[in-house]
Amino acid sequence: MNDILLFTLLTLGLLGTVMAVILYFVAQKFKVIEDPKIDLVEDVLPKANCGGCGFPGCRNFAEVSVKAANETQSLEGLNCPVGGNAVMKAMAAILGLEVEEKEPMIAVIRCNGSKANSPAKVQYDGPASCAFAHNLFSGEGGCQFGCLGLGDCVASCDFDAIHMNPETGLPVVNDKCVACGACVKACPRGIIELRNKGKKDRRIFVSCINKEKGGPAKKNCSVACIGCSKCFQVCPYEAITMENNLAYIDFEKCKLCRKCVEVCPTDAIHELNFPLRKPKPEVADAPPKERPAKVVAEAAAPKADETSNETKPDNIA
Amino acid sequence: MNMFTISGSPHVHGDESVKKIMYTVVYAMVPAILVSIYFFGLDAARVLLISVMACLFFEWAIQKYLIKGPVTINDGSAIVAGILLAFNIPANIPSWIIIIGALVTIGVAKMSFGGLGKNPFNPALVGRVFMLISFPVQMTSWPVPKALFSSQVTDAITGPTALGILKEGVGAGKTIEQIMTDPNMPAYIDRLTGNMTGSLGEMSALALILGGIFMVIRKVIDWQVPVSIIATVFAIAGIFHLIDPTHYIDPTFHLFTGGLMLGAIYMATDMVSSPMNMSGKVFYGVGIGLITIIIRLWGAYPEGISFAILIMNAFTPLINSAFKPKRFGTVAK
Amino acid sequence: MKSLKTFARGGVHPDENKFSANAAIEALPLPKQLVIPLGQNLGAPPKALVKKGDIVKVGQLIAKGEAFISANLHSPASGKIAKIDDALDASGYRRQAIFIDVDDDIWEEHIDRSEDINRTISLSKEEIVARVKECGVVGLGGATFPTHVKLMIPGGKTAEYLVVNGVECEPYLTSDHRLMLEKGEEVLIGIKILMKALGVEKAIVGIENNKTDAIQHLKKLAENYNGIEIQALYVKYPQGGEKQLIKAVLNREVPSGKLPIEVGCVVSNVGTAFAVYEAVQKNKPLIDRVVTVTGKAVKKPSNFLVRIGTPVSDLLKAAEGLPENTGKIINGGPMMGKSVSSPDIPVVKGSSGILLLPREESKRPQPKPCIRCSKCTVVCPMGLEPYLLAKMSKLELYEKAEKDSIMDCMECGSCQFTCPSNLPLLDYLRLGKQRVGHLIRTRK
Repeated sequence: MNDILLFTLLTLGLLGTVMAVILYFVAQKFKVIEDPKIDLVEDVLPKANCGGCGFPGCRNFAEVSVKAANETQSLEGLNCPVGGNAVMKAMAAILGLEVEEKEPMIAVIRCNGSKANSPAKVQYDGPASCAFAHNLFSGEGGCQFGCLGLGDCVASCDFDAIHMNPETGLPVVNDKCVACGACVKACPRGIIELRNKGKKDRRIFVSCINKEKGGPAKKNCSVACIGCSKCFQVCPYEAITMENNLAYIDFEKCKLCRKCVEVCPTDAIHELNFPLRKPKPEVADAPPKERPAKVVAEAAAPKADETSNETKPDNIA
Repeated sequence: MNMFTISGSPHVHGDESVKKIMYTVVYAMVPAILVSIYFFGLDAARVLLISVMACLFFEWAIQKYLIKGPVTINDGSAIVAGILLAFNIPANIPSWIIIIGALVTIGVAKMSFGGLGKNPFNPALVGRVFMLISFPVQMTSWPVPKALFSSQVTDAITGPTALGILKEGVGAGKTIEQIMTDPNMPAYIDRLTGNMTGSLGEMSALALILGGIFMVIRKVIDWQVPVSIIATVFAIAGIFHLIDPTHYIDPTFHLFTGGLMLGAIYMATDMVSSPMNMSGKVFYGVGIGLITIIIRLWGAYPEGISFAILIMNAFTPLINSAFKPKRFGTVAK
Repeated sequence: MKSLKTFARGGVHPDENKFSANAAIEALPLPKQLVIPLGQNLGAPPKALVKKGDIVKVGQLIAKGEAFISANLHSPASGKIAKIDDALDASGYRRQAIFIDVDDDIWEEHIDRSEDINRTISLSKEEIVARVKECGVVGLGGATFPTHVKLMIPGGKTAEYLVVNGVECEPYLTSDHRLMLEKGEEVLIGIKILMKALGVEKAIVGIENNKTDAIQHLKKLAENYNGIEIQALYVKYPQGGEKQLIKAVLNREVPSGKLPIEVGCVVSNVGTAFAVYEAVQKNKPLIDRVVTVTGKAVKKPSNFLVRIGTPVSDLLKAAEGLPENTGKIINGGPMMGKSVSSPDIPVVKGSSGILLLPREESKRPQPKPCIRCSKCTVVCPMGLEPYLLAKMSKLELYEKAEKDSIMDCMECGSCQFTCPSNLPLLDYLRLGKQRVGHLIRTRK
């Protein structure tokens, strides 16, 4: 019995030693010499591997950043949108560099063609894929620029930051958004844009990308931008441009004065997170304008589980 | 308001449906069910009923309370699994064992993988093998068939199956001639019609083939799988019989005894766990036949088709990626 | 009886429902306004030559195809150009179109409007191609590929056969069937013209055996036309696919990713042959076509001779109205047609039929899990594995899908038609094809 035990111990021990020696030499032979800074940089990154920086993952981003720092002594063009300024600063500190402070960004849905504003004229029956539906037809509401409401953006989000509102049929971005840009790429119609987060989260943007003339645009959607140029004329900061019957607000120039919001005849310009304004006495006899979707939209972000019954199940997976 | 529907083409659909396929399989099993009830009486009906009810119950309970999703027990797949499970067990088995078997069949082999269409192994076979390993005594004491309804008389007589007699005889060094004189050995015609000991569904090769032809005509199964299994078993058993007739029994014996027909026609052809392409199906069938005959001739168990099918089920994904259909406009490789 | 020829692999048998097979072609009166979308052909849309307020005659060139793959457009009516503006196309997208206010039916003088059949082909090979190009003839089977481009055989290749598609394998549709019956001789002359342009000696017209009257009629007529053979074919969808048709009539397989000319064939539709006849012998550009209006609930299933640009709603009116329970309007046949959002779209060169499905047939059944029955693989005429490709496309494994020949898919819909689980297989295949196509283009 003791013999067996001894023999077993000896054999295993010997085996272990031989393996260890082999492993040591193999490890020496195939050792990869790597800049230790890469590991340090990787440690400060969020490790979401979202691809928001434009590189396949955090490790790759760290490698590229260290290489850039060593070769050009700058981190220009490199930005981790998820980590924001804090991460970029920490990274710069490791690499002995300085970075410019960047304003935080957020994804913005530039369509307000909700079920009420752009009522369905036809019924879509098929897989819940915007990319497919985009090729098939113009949309249930008839607007060929508008949101299809099938949730490709929701599926693309790694941060649980975008959800469908079952009431409006439109996606809603919440404050978990890190501006990685995945939804921007996922949307086949280019509705989503990364915009400046703004002071106190206050933002003004044109919630429409319809390039048609006023008539056909308005026919499909009551809140479409009809290209009337009123906002363009009223803007004191030249932040608004008109192109193809569509207004666009440059968020770098916009000073959040809200003049454009007031003049917009179709309520296509949205203001977010502003305090309610006082009712104006001179328009009191006119019927009060209804603008529920504007201010409420962001607050009424639905929870994830409410949205699942909205999309049709299909069982390809 | 008249709202039109928009969807991609095609805008019409054929009359195929999962439900139709499953119920076609059920109809195809009716002859074998009738034969089993004829030979084992109410006992057979009891096993079938409990097995089907238990499978339906577990599927319903799991879908309703564990998955909390839609309940789809009326698509017929649980009924098929229940009948197939009953076909694989002896008629005198205690009811509680059937219920445990049904739980394994539905709960472990089907639902834990995601339900219909996701199971890598044939659920009824997993249930059967589980029962065979867990309750070897109950699973291998087969009642001797009797006339209709006579088994209500207590304690039916049990006896070994034809394959069991063969295995035991060969193990004891007897020649085939000596084995065939065993009083329990069923006569040739009985082997064909099913008048012999065995599990419920493996009794009558004729009834099973009848159902199989029905399924091939209704395009529920492809003939490639059963034919390649049977041909392989026949060919290998035949070769050994020709080499040494004193120790290897003639190949038709292998075809009509045990679960070969049941396995080849109803279990191996299970859509979910069998390969997708025609050439792959033939390869799969040959593999099953080969493993079956190897177990039967040299293995420890008298019967090997259930193990053979489960083993080849595991290879199905590999077969699917290795055997592709011939693409139009390419030269066959 | 000797068994009929067909293609070997796959295929399905949808219900034929050819309600309008006995309805003679009826010319529809001109509407008040015509809407002529510019992009009616495969390839680049032609450029408009007219402007608002111009007065046009029937057959006058109104848009010129300048790119290599493009086709001319002619005015289908006489009147005034109302505007050039966006109009809804079949998908509900707005595309540029020419609006014509119709006031009369005055034709260009050079067009021969007599009913007499002109049997002598006087034009030379090059003149034929030039005339076909001038008259804006495109493939009328649905793909709308400009015919003159097809007639210019690429260097190094020679055509041996002209295969004419009279299959009409789509259920419901009967426009080609009626054309063969009523304009049989013109179709045959058109085929002769095409044969001359291509320099081939033999032409085979494939017709499915559910149109025995057309087969008999053409067989009798073809006795006077050397080199044209009428081939009856076993009824199986999608026999009208050009690769399947060549396989059926000649047992030749067009290599994957190649054109029929690779096996010495050029495929053309009977409707196109008729349009070629009119262009070459009568100098008449492609300004009208036969459109089937049909459906189970349609009171008067018909075949109409319609000017391009007529609104579909006019066709429905002529077929005694849109049935109450219509749930889907399909431009084309039920297998490959496109569902449209409103009947206000115009008839274009590629419209072969308008099909109205009742509401109970327009919704898809609820999809169930794939049970791996392999029926899609069995019916796929291209030898693909639709279940696998659809899954790859859903999981965005585009490189893998490309390796498994997703681009060979011709979108015939047989897989989805047969799927017992009602899975949207073709929807995902289409999406995958589009993505893989994009990948291939960006790689270059």
